[in-house]
Amino acid sequence: MSSPTTRAAVSGVALLSSVALLAGCAGGGDPAASDDEKVTITVSIDAGLEQEARDNFDARVELFEKANEGITVEAQEYTWTAPTFTTDLAGGTLPDVFTIPFTDGRGLIANKQIADISSYVAELPYADQFNPNVAQAGQAEDGSQWAIPIAAYGQGLHYNRTLFEAAGLDPDNPPTTWDEIRDAAKKISDATGEAGYATMTSGNTGGWILTTLVNAFGGRTENADATASTIATDPAVAEVLQYLHDLRWEDNSMGANFLYDWGTINQDFASGRIGMYVSGGGNYGNLVTQNALNPDDYGLTVLPLQGADPGLLGGGTLAAVSPKASAAEQEAAVKWIDFYYMAKLADEDTAVETAELAASLDQPVGAPELPVFDQEQFATYQSWIAPFVNVPVDQMAPYTDRIFDQPLIAEPRVATQDVYALLDTVVQAVLTDENADIDALLADVQTQADALYAKAGS
Amino acid sequence: MTQLTPTTAPPPVPETIDTIEAATPARRHRRGVRGWVRGDGPHILVFLLPLLFSFVLFSWKPIVDAAIMAFQQTNLIAPAEWVGWDNFATVLNDPLLGKAVANTLWFAVLALLLGYPIPLVVAVLMSEVRRARGLYSALAYLPVIVPPVVGALLWKFFYDASPNGVFNTIAGWFGAGPFPWLQDQATAMPSIVLFATWSAAGGTIIIYLAALVGVAPELYDAAEVDGAGVWRKVWHVTLPQLRGVLLITFILQIIGTAQVFLEPFLLTAGGPANSTTTVLMLIYKYAFQNSLGGDYGAATALSLMLAIVLAIFSAIYFRLTKSWSTS
Repeated sequence: MSSPTTRAAVSGVALLSSVALLAGCAGGGDPAASDDEKVTITVSIDAGLEQEARDNFDARVELFEKANEGITVEAQEYTWTAPTFTTDLAGGTLPDVFTIPFTDGRGLIANKQIADISSYVAELPYADQFNPNVAQAGQAEDGSQWAIPIAAYGQGLHYNRTLFEAAGLDPDNPPTTWDEIRDAAKKISDATGEAGYATMTSGNTGGWILTTLVNAFGGRTENADATASTIATDPAVAEVLQYLHDLRWEDNSMGANFLYDWGTINQDFASGRIGMYVSGGGNYGNLVTQNALNPDDYGLTVLPLQGADPGLLGGGTLAAVSPKASAAEQEAAVKWIDFYYMAKLADEDTAVETAELAASLDQPVGAPELPVFDQEQFATYQSWIAPFVNVPVDQMAPYTDRIFDQPLIAEPRVATQDVYALLDTVVQAVLTDENADIDALLADVQTQADALYAKAGS
Repeated sequence: MTQLTPTTAPPPVPETIDTIEAATPARRHRRGVRGWVRGDGPHILVFLLPLLFSFVLFSWKPIVDAAIMAFQQTNLIAPAEWVGWDNFATVLNDPLLGKAVANTLWFAVLALLLGYPIPLVVAVLMSEVRRARGLYSALAYLPVIVPPVVGALLWKFFYDASPNGVFNTIAGWFGAGPFPWLQDQATAMPSIVLFATWSAAGGTIIIYLAALVGVAPELYDAAEVDGAGVWRKVWHVTLPQLRGVLLITFILQIIGTAQVFLEPFLLTAGGPANSTTTVLMLIYKYAFQNSLGGDYGAATALSLMLAIVLAIFSAIYFRLTKSWSTS
């Protein structure tokens, strides 16, 4: 590098790279914002889908783009989990349209972490027909609909029919009491060596499932007006933990993994390593499309309810729009939500077309769910898609026959994920320490939960 | 450090900072701005710019931002609110902090017991090998090449606590187990350390091997003449000669273990019952556990405290070991 020309040339390259670096950091801007006619939105698609499911999605995108000229849809893999959602939210990397659980709707709206799409939602033909109990999860304090409920569910007991048969149990007559569940778990474990009953414990799911069981045992983890936690004062909480302790330590029927989260428990259930577990009643679709579940193995029943005032923990999914989306993108996003999530529930032609397409690609049609609108509309919808239902309906009959008789309970409202995280630790402690002092653990969590409620109330 | 030099020629006078500084001001004064422009100045600046820009933008700015955020309450969307020392108080009053610190120290102790001597022993043994040394080096370094996430997931599979798990099957051949590995509060941390040692030892072995090459063979010859056996040669020649490298790897290991995150995050998510929740895991939980937006203020406050503690520790360590150092 001795000649001035060479030095100048190399310096020029260095300068150019500086400029390129600066340009790279400057951000690309929003191409859609400069063009009124054309809008590009990114929409969420479940991560790790089987090819058929992806084909189904792509076909739906094509239909949407044909019906809405000027809107381009780009898919972005997204599956809601608490930590990844927070990261995406903070980093601004969420797709324009994404889904969130009912639990988070009101908090995200209060924090203005999702876009206010209520004016576009109000124009939808079914805007006033939502089941009010379901719609409130996506409403702001003034009742405006910032997020659209797209699915609702009640928790269910998923069981493996093949393991039931191997243990000499009748898969058409699944357990109807918690004592029967314990007996069945022991038989499965003894006969097959697999976990008779398993439960989630990580990533806030331990608290979620513990709360489900507490409700089924007739208890609550939060008082009626959501001003205080009742973890240490409601006897059902300790009762459930003692139940799990006995399954683990007296019966040894919970297998060897006590660090399951939603993804890993689905994986192990689908691969035949778990006899029974509790999760959302509509989980069949995920088990098939993400975990290659053999449909013949699958069974679903309702959770047994016992105690003075038991209920079934319900939940659901909201479709929301990124607060970073422009007005045109928000409008296009609501159109996509209407087309992709809602029209298949509310419009006969779309419902039939969607179900037919999914069935032709061997995607599950007819997995159990709860009505987003009223029960009459739900029955009508079921009749529309009846010819295309391809899920093993008979194997889900113990659930679908009785689910509407069970009183639904909403998730705790205050600091829900934080309290779930505290309860994760308690469930893990009970399952990994035979001498765990349940009362002391609950007293400790109660103190921490009290601080969270005090912070939320201040 | 006194070192044997194979040549009898006097060593060249090193260009120390003092000599450079003594020569530079006069020269610089003579040249002035015009001289700087006509000389290499602009070229140096242009070459420096990309590096400086990246460094400021991607290293220093986040550090300064984080330090400021430690005194704020923010969800990264709404405007941040200044809260003074509240975040530090929140962290210091958190009952999990003590547990996380204790877990981190426990990891550090286990990692020192396993992860510090094993690479040294392996390196010394490998340096004695005359044949296929390259093959052994490659085998030792192989785990470092495996992406950490892949390695962790592989080991998670091996650690399956059922009797059919890979490690439990192997243990069964010897009439031992099954062991709970990651599924028990007592065995989870040692299991994580075992994986961490496997994944990191290769890099340290290569550093030791390189340092061992620099040990003058005359020293071993002299020791042998004096009747020293293998152990005495290692103790009196190898270890003293490696002490500079040993000091550096020790401090790097302490800093590394204080910041352990990946292994517990991937293998146990901090469980069971927080038995593997380390300080960095706690920072992560503050920031990302709550899907409504984490407590970024508490997370950055704890990060800042950890950085200060490590800086103080490093300063004290280097001061205490200054006389022992080779440089």
